[in-house]
Parts: sequence; structure tokens; C-alpha cells
Amino acid sequence: MRVGVITFPGTLDDVDAQRAVRYADGEPVPLWHGDHDLKGVDAVIVPGGFSYGDYLRCGAIARFAPVMQEVIEAANKGMPVLGICNGFQILAEAHLLPGALTRNHKLHFVCRDQWLSVENNTTAWTTRYDAKAEILIPLKSGEGGYQADEDTLKELEDDNRVVFRYVGENPNGSRNNIAGITNARGNVVGLMPHPEHAIDALTGPTDDGLGMFLSLLDTVVKA
Amino acid sequence: MARVVVDVMPKPEILDPQGQAVANALPRLGFDGITAVRQGKHFELEVADDVDDATLAKIAETFLANPVIEDWTVRRVEA
Repeated sequence: MRVGVITFPGTLDDVDAQRAVRYADGEPVPLWHGDHDLKGVDAVIVPGGFSYGDYLRCGAIARFAPVMQEVIEAANKGMPVLGICNGFQILAEAHLLPGALTRNHKLHFVCRDQWLSVENNTTAWTTRYDAKAEILIPLKSGEGGYQADEDTLKELEDDNRVVFRYVGENPNGSRNNIAGITNARGNVVGLMPHPEHAIDALTGPTDDGLGMFLSLLDTVVKA
Repeated sequence: MARVVVDVMPKPEILDPQGQAVANALPRLGFDGITAVRQGKHFELEVADDVDDATLAKIAETFLANPVIEDWTVRRVEA
């Protein structure tokens, strides 16, 4: 399994994402924002950080990077794509996922270990989890409030496209406590919390995040 | 060359915590009578004469604003 991990200027979590791929017995393939091809990878991770300094809006400039045009095309053909934190913001700006991420409702940057419930364990990235499993992984973001209009929210809920929901107090004002969503096909997933930081109890609060990368392994092997 | 102003504002139904923080600070600073504040972005573009309104609208809609959460207006002003 070869998994591309994109680095934009200002990306922070590409190295941890690559490490998570290795923990799932995959081969991480570094992709640069200026690349015009995906080097034959089986899947792509758009990691967290502050691409292009979060100028204009989070993800608004990264969405137009050359490598993203390749990602958009591949995602629309069914390639598994995971956006974490800033990666989720980029996928939303790229219209691969609906809605938008906005400033946390209490304006503070939130950095803590966060309980999530797994609402959909049928996506390319979540099959290793039990239905309604609760997992503990880090959340660290200032603009993680998920917003969408009522019709979009209804569609997400009716079609079971909410993948993760915050458990307990809503950390950032996200509508319906949404922490992560998927597209209609289930190959593209975006979430604000960081599964790549929770793959080994030595370096994270748990290893609960590893399931996402092992799920991808299952998806790729099956394909 | 012409100057074009693009104003981008959060949609009325979208929570604007930054605007609220400003509104809440005003009474503390001794300014009374301000009941609400909404915070947005203001862009000034220097534009060649052959750039038409449709192109400017496209720039605003696809890049300067995110129509999921923001409304935008484009107007040409005297430079």
C-alpha cells in the first residue's frame, strides 16, 4: 500500500501522517504542493497544519495548488482521500466535502484529547471500528467549527455521512457536534481531530487513531 | 486602471464570534449604544480596463469568498 502525504508550505503534521502509514504497514510517499502527479499512490492524506499561513481562509489557497487538482480528479474517481484538520478545511474548500470550517465559537484555540463517537464505520477509512465505538484522539485547532446550511446538514444526517461526532461538550461550536464527514461515495473523509497523533500509547493518549490507517489498508487490499 | 472593492461578510445565519467579541468589548470600553457587530473582509483590487464584471464576480465567488458561509459584493470605485 503506497499512501501519498502532501506537504504544503506551512504543513505541520505530514511527518506524523507518514509515520501512521508506516505503522499500518504502508509505504508513505511524500507529495509536494507543486507536484503535477500523484506518483501512482493508492490513497492520499492531506495532513494538518497551516498551509500558506491560513491566508485568506484556511485551505482557500492550498485548494488551488497543482497537486490538489490531481487529488480532486483522483478522489472523484474513487481514490481514498483523508483530510485531517487543515486537510479537512482544504477538502471543504475544494468542494470534495460539503460545508465549511469556521472560527471556534469561543474564539480560543482548542488543544486537548477529545472523545469522539464513530458514527459511520463503512467508509474507506473507518471499517476497523465497531459501530458507535468511542475513541480518544487529540484535537488542536482554532477554526474547527463545522458549518453547513440546513439542507446540507439534513442530507448528511439522512445519508449517514457524519463519520465522527464529538462526545461531551461541543469543543468548537460545530453544527450537530460534527467532527468528521464523508462524501456520498465514502472514499473521501475529513475530520478536525488528529488520528495520526494517536497511533501508539507511547507518543499519544491512545492508539485509537491507528484504526483509520488499518481501515485504509483493508480498503486498498480489497480493491 | 480602475479600483474595484470586494466586500465579504459572514452570512447572517452564520455565527460570527469575532464580531460578537468586538460587540461585547465596546461597552467595557465605554462606548454604549452599539447593539451588534459583524466582521468581514474588504479587498481593494487594481484592475485593468478590459476585465469585465463577470470575471470580477467569478474572482469573488470562487476565491475571495466562500459562498457556503459568506456573502460578497463587488463595486467599481473612483481610484
